Amino acid sequence: MNEIVIMIIGIAAYLILAPVIGILVSGYDRVVTARMQGRVGPPFLQPLYDIIKLFNKEATIVNKVQTALVVAFLIFQVFTGCIFFSGSDILLVFFALTLADVLLILTACSTNSPYSSMGAQRELLSIMAYEPMTLLTAIGFYMVAHSFNVKDIICTDTPAIIKLPGIFIGYVFILVIKLRKSPFDLSTSHHAHQEMVKGLTQDISGNVLGVFELAELYASVLNMAVVGLFFITNKPISILWALIAINVVYFVILLIDNIFPRVKWDVMLWSSWIVTFTLGGANLFLLDVLKS
Amino acid sequence: MKISRSPWLLHYDASSCNGCDIEVLAATTPLYDVERFGIINTGNPKHADILVITGGVNAQSANVVKQIYSQMPDPKVVIAAGICACDGGIFKDCYNISGGTDTVIPVDIYVPGCAVRPEALIDGVIKAVALLDQKRKEAVEHASCQVDFSKRPAK
Repeated sequence: MNEIVIMIIGIAAYLILAPVIGILVSGYDRVVTARMQGRVGPPFLQPLYDIIKLFNKEATIVNKVQTALVVAFLIFQVFTGCIFFSGSDILLVFFALTLADVLLILTACSTNSPYSSMGAQRELLSIMAYEPMTLLTAIGFYMVAHSFNVKDIICTDTPAIIKLPGIFIGYVFILVIKLRKSPFDLSTSHHAHQEMVKGLTQDISGNVLGVFELAELYASVLNMAVVGLFFITNKPISILWALIAINVVYFVILLIDNIFPRVKWDVMLWSSWIVTFTLGGANLFLLDVLKS
Repeated sequence: MKISRSPWLLHYDASSCNGCDIEVLAATTPLYDVERFGIINTGNPKHADILVITGGVNAQSANVVKQIYSQMPDPKVVIAAGICACDGGIFKDCYNISGGTDTVIPVDIYVPGCAVRPEALIDGVIKAVALLDQKRKEAVEHASCQVDFSKRPAK
């Protein structure tokens, strides 16, 4: 009984707090980026103003399925977060997250815009680049906690980072791809793209774009929560370490975003796979050798 | 909440000498930093709220201007930046120039100058966002967003 109550509290907290935290994180992102470039930058709550504006705009609907697919993208994104914050299977979280991304790709493919389909193809390549590492992350957590369930992973005595440093670095690497930050912002970007305008979101407009932005807020909170999972143990103080780690990781990603120019898709693919198989693979191998 | 806090720009060069274009880009640099007002330079007409046109509209760019304008979702505002975009400027009497932007699409804000100063442009954009709020209010009152084609002069 007690377990179910905690599950429901976790889901409710995620549903309500994730957009709030997402907006704060996104605002921090834009202000820090501006300061790194020597600009004053937008107000801290600018992402909130953007979303409110988008919901006040007319949407140009280009076909019958587009809106349904974007809404399904939001639903799957939220559903995935609910699985995670209710303490369930992390493997399921990663698979459902991919399904959400597939819905986004279908949205982009459903339109006639060449920019949109180009963005969709690049997003497919991104999935190809980051998916092996997410699987290794889930396996790594299993080897540490002997369970795929998030509620068991957070109840270990030592933080997972001690046994999984390689997996952690690999996960931060693919987080740059997942959050669509430069140098891996191939499919779409918050900054103006020269060669393919807005890519994935090219034909999504007005309030439908608002739904997409909302889903992105949920996604960013979930992705950063997985970073926190590396640090959380059965001691309450570990939540503080997790929050510090999330902040540091986000700052590093912003720094990378501002330093590196966008790369071509093949560089993204081989670099992420090399990181996956050297750091992730070696980490799992050593863990297995040391255990036996 | 007003929608004017997040205006996204779309910049199109109708036939400019690039003088005004460079000034539009200068407005996004650290010195002027239009993102202070939440303004983002987006390349996508479907995401844009404000259309900034530079240069006089000529025979080739007229259709592009019309198409971009029709792709933008309501409410939207058009700014003619620079004297050429306002009324054709020194190219007014050229055989291929149809004159200012308002000969093709309805223009809301005129920002003169050769080239237009970034300060003047930012001032124009601030006026434009106030107009965005007004258009949104009208749209809510009339329960639909309609383009006022009566503002477009007859060809």
